[in-house]
Amino acid sequence: MDDLVSEFITEAAEGLGALDVELVTLEQNPNNPAILGGIFRIIHTIKGTCGFLGLPRLELLSHAAENVLCDLRDGDLQVTPEAVTLILNTLDQLKTIISVLEETGLEPEGDDAGLIAELNAMATPVAQADTELDDDGMIDLGPPAADDHSMIDLGLPAVDDILLETMPPMAVAEAEADTPEIPADTTPDAPPREIAAAAQNIRVSVNLLENLMTMVSELVLTRNQLMQTMRNEQSSAFTGPLQRLNHITSELQEGVMKTRMQPIGKAWNKLPRIVRDLSQELDKQVNLEMFGAETELDRQVLEMIKDPLTHMVRNSCDHGLESGAERLAAGKPESGRITLQAAHEGGHIVITISDDGKGLDLERIKSNVLEKGLASSTEIDALTDQEILQYIFKPGFSTASAVTNVSGRGVGMDVVRTNIERIGGAISLQSTAGLGMSFSIKIPLTLAIVAALIVEAGGQRFAIPQISVLELVRASASSDHRIEHIDHTPVLRLRDRLLPLLHLGNMLELSDETVSGDADSFIVVAQVGNYSFGIVVDEVFDTEEIVVKPVAPLLRKLAVFSGNTILGDGSVVMILDPNGLAENVGAARVSQQNSAVDRRAPEAKSSSDMVSLLVFNAGDGVRKAAPLSLIARLEEMATSDIEIADGRLLAQYRDSLMPLTPVYPELDLHARSRRPIIVFNDGPRWAGLIVDEIIDIVEQPLIAEIKGEMPGVMGAIIVDGQSTELIDTAYYLTRLHSDWFATSANTAPSNNAILVIDDSPFFRHLLSPLLQQAGYAVTSVESAERALDLKASGAAFDLIVSDIEMPGMDGFTFAETVKSSPEWGHIPLIALSGKQNVSRLEQGRISGFTDYVGKTDREGLLATLSSTLESAGGRA
Amino acid sequence: MNQGLANSYESANESARNIQQSFVTASIAGQRIGILIAEVQDVLNKQKIHKIPLSPPAVVGALNLRGRIVTALDLRLCLNLAPCAAPESAMSIVVEYENELYSLLVDEIGDVETPPSHLYERPPATLGPAWRTVCSGVYRMDEALLLTLDIANLLEVTVDGAVSQ
Repeated sequence: MDDLVSEFITEAAEGLGALDVELVTLEQNPNNPAILGGIFRIIHTIKGTCGFLGLPRLELLSHAAENVLCDLRDGDLQVTPEAVTLILNTLDQLKTIISVLEETGLEPEGDDAGLIAELNAMATPVAQADTELDDDGMIDLGPPAADDHSMIDLGLPAVDDILLETMPPMAVAEAEADTPEIPADTTPDAPPREIAAAAQNIRVSVNLLENLMTMVSELVLTRNQLMQTMRNEQSSAFTGPLQRLNHITSELQEGVMKTRMQPIGKAWNKLPRIVRDLSQELDKQVNLEMFGAETELDRQVLEMIKDPLTHMVRNSCDHGLESGAERLAAGKPESGRITLQAAHEGGHIVITISDDGKGLDLERIKSNVLEKGLASSTEIDALTDQEILQYIFKPGFSTASAVTNVSGRGVGMDVVRTNIERIGGAISLQSTAGLGMSFSIKIPLTLAIVAALIVEAGGQRFAIPQISVLELVRASASSDHRIEHIDHTPVLRLRDRLLPLLHLGNMLELSDETVSGDADSFIVVAQVGNYSFGIVVDEVFDTEEIVVKPVAPLLRKLAVFSGNTILGDGSVVMILDPNGLAENVGAARVSQQNSAVDRRAPEAKSSSDMVSLLVFNAGDGVRKAAPLSLIARLEEMATSDIEIADGRLLAQYRDSLMPLTPVYPELDLHARSRRPIIVFNDGPRWAGLIVDEIIDIVEQPLIAEIKGEMPGVMGAIIVDGQSTELIDTAYYLTRLHSDWFATSANTAPSNNAILVIDDSPFFRHLLSPLLQQAGYAVTSVESAERALDLKASGAAFDLIVSDIEMPGMDGFTFAETVKSSPEWGHIPLIALSGKQNVSRLEQGRISGFTDYVGKTDREGLLATLSSTLESAGGRA
Repeated sequence: MNQGLANSYESANESARNIQQSFVTASIAGQRIGILIAEVQDVLNKQKIHKIPLSPPAVVGALNLRGRIVTALDLRLCLNLAPCAAPESAMSIVVEYENELYSLLVDEIGDVETPPSHLYERPPATLGPAWRTVCSGVYRMDEALLLTLDIANLLEVTVDGAVSQ
């Protein structure tokens, strides 16, 4: 008999057995919605499964019963003894059919017209329509019935194995004798034939298994302790028995682990039905092929990937595959194919979902990204195809041009990715236009036991999950790998890359060392997504299999720990979460630099002051970056179009001559036939910087330490883990047009004097040219105290733009001070901050700020400035 | 003794004090305290406590109690007192709250006592806020007052306080 059918019989037998009891309880408490809901669900499941397995008689009967139950549940029908009797009769009939099905593998001949008519007579017509709708609801994978989560099916052999390991032979015999009694719950009158299938499988509560698992883990730990003690003894009477204990414990652990494993087919078995329904609804022919359904993985993981898998298959049906006509026109077979594959790969399971549809439409993704404001057109132009594809994982993104019933609601792939990453997995995708696309998911087999690297920092041990460890590096001054510093930030030269480093002891506040390049140090290279970084530790021990236990609620907010565990020697160690550590890489660096200053301020900044940067290679091998907000366009020009006149590089651009300069003076311009140009614009004038290669556009907190040593460089920052020079665009622009800022000031409508207060040197450097370009005379200072000094010296301004979060006097206090002073009391104040929320806005107004502008909102700032000055002028 | 009867909302406490209850007693900063014996999972001698970096101040660390991880809390800090001088050698009382085990470090463990119910008083209204929420009553014992602790309140305040920090 088909496995699915026998599984169905077991499940249905149990469900129906439970229903007898439930229905009687219902008769006694007619108004208990929980019982009704439970009954309805069991019948609903039976009906759905029958439909899928092609058991029409059972399906029709349970469908009719479902209608009545639906009415009862919705209160359209009263729970009467007649109704309950009718349902009970139906259940008996269902049981009889199922018992025949079990014997012969076929539904018995005949129909249940009489019973169905009775049921239909009881159900209202409205309710029938309702249940039709419910039918559709099957497609939407709602939360599975409670049973799915709390119970697990065990083949009896597996349980017996465990029992054999743990129990003396006598007890096993008893246990075996007991098992046949488990499903015995006969109903005395009208006894329908018993369904025997249940005897091969028993249901065990997952809690029981979890407890078993915990106890086995403890046993393993005790065993390890014993082994460690015995290792020192040469020979002892315990050696033999201990060997046996060791052996048995390992097998027991394996056995218990096995009870938690389920074939991935469990997560798949609803998919054929879903695909069938979808193909009808969408009028497409779809073949679903599944390989490797027997691949086993932990049921906890299985539960977590069920919904993401379903979602992706639906996606493939809906907008992956074309309609039959389109496929024929493209020279493909009329019916589309969706393939699901699962296989073990090391300690992981890899699942691929692929279709032979049209692939992802890059252009549409681009236009969607633009439309939804997820990126600007300049940003998109610089992205590779693969990077553009990644946008489908962003929240609120959907490529379906029309919102269909099936997909296109803009929820989905981001949730899918989040779910998969939550269990330590990764998802990637490939797409070939016209040929289809495939997702590949890599997930750990189990969450309960993971391999972890044990390290020591600051005198304490920690575990790092092996899955995120790329390699171990021992750095020393003499070896190829050595620690160097860019502006106090330690980095590691690892082959051809620069790796940002995180000193674990310092980050956990266990030590306060400077990472020096002289001493030997151990570096664990960890990877989170595409981001890798090095963790500097004092000592590296071995890899251990650890049992992950969640941390106490008191510690949940510590993002750096994902759990804790007990090691073989009985000590408790914390498990580090590489994700949490990665988030800390930026913050830790800042706190090192600014340890003398207020420690909270830089953190606040790192979360708020996000800036888009264009990262490029100028030709000298050092990555460089420029704020995207200053750049007008990115162009590519043939080097032959670049001419030299009057000792300057010029190119025709938009009906005028654009002066150009390479960022790296020694760049061999003609080494390539085409060169990317970063174009700046001011009214009718253009200026361009020639670079070697555009690398990326990144958004990241901008913490730059200014070093005025080299002209044209504002400072060094870390982008994607690499040290990057932030270029001073003003330096290059004034070289191209010596009057770039001066004349634009003249062309501007007014020459209002503006005072900019910001503690971040970067923002001062960013804002000053921007405002000068817009025609304002700008004075900038780094603190509120300095601004007040200016006030005391008698300086006058038309407007003041001030940061809020500043060390020393903050923006609010500054505003209050200014507003109460006779000299500057009339000057409009604009608050500048990365954080915008209502309460702060209100606080700003109370303190005396006229308006509030986001720090990186260039257009907003300029608009606010001119409107504020206008209204101030109007008043004057 | 009559003031308790006047307030109906005190009825729960009233019924509690009419039944004789047993407490595991301990002393902390010179104050005798008692924890209902039913709430005590274990009393521990000095244990190896593994420190947890970056944890809230009241968390001394974690310890391994027969395969379960127990969070060790400095009861002195929970009660706004100066921190325990030598947490590594302190004795502790293990209690359970929301399926998690916590060991509360105390200065000294006393006997199990079953004070007569007529010695019970509600905590004085003038008690400081840190103590008032966690104190469920006072027994006027001959030698010294015995303060009984409401473990659920104590841990709720500590856990919530740390999480919302």
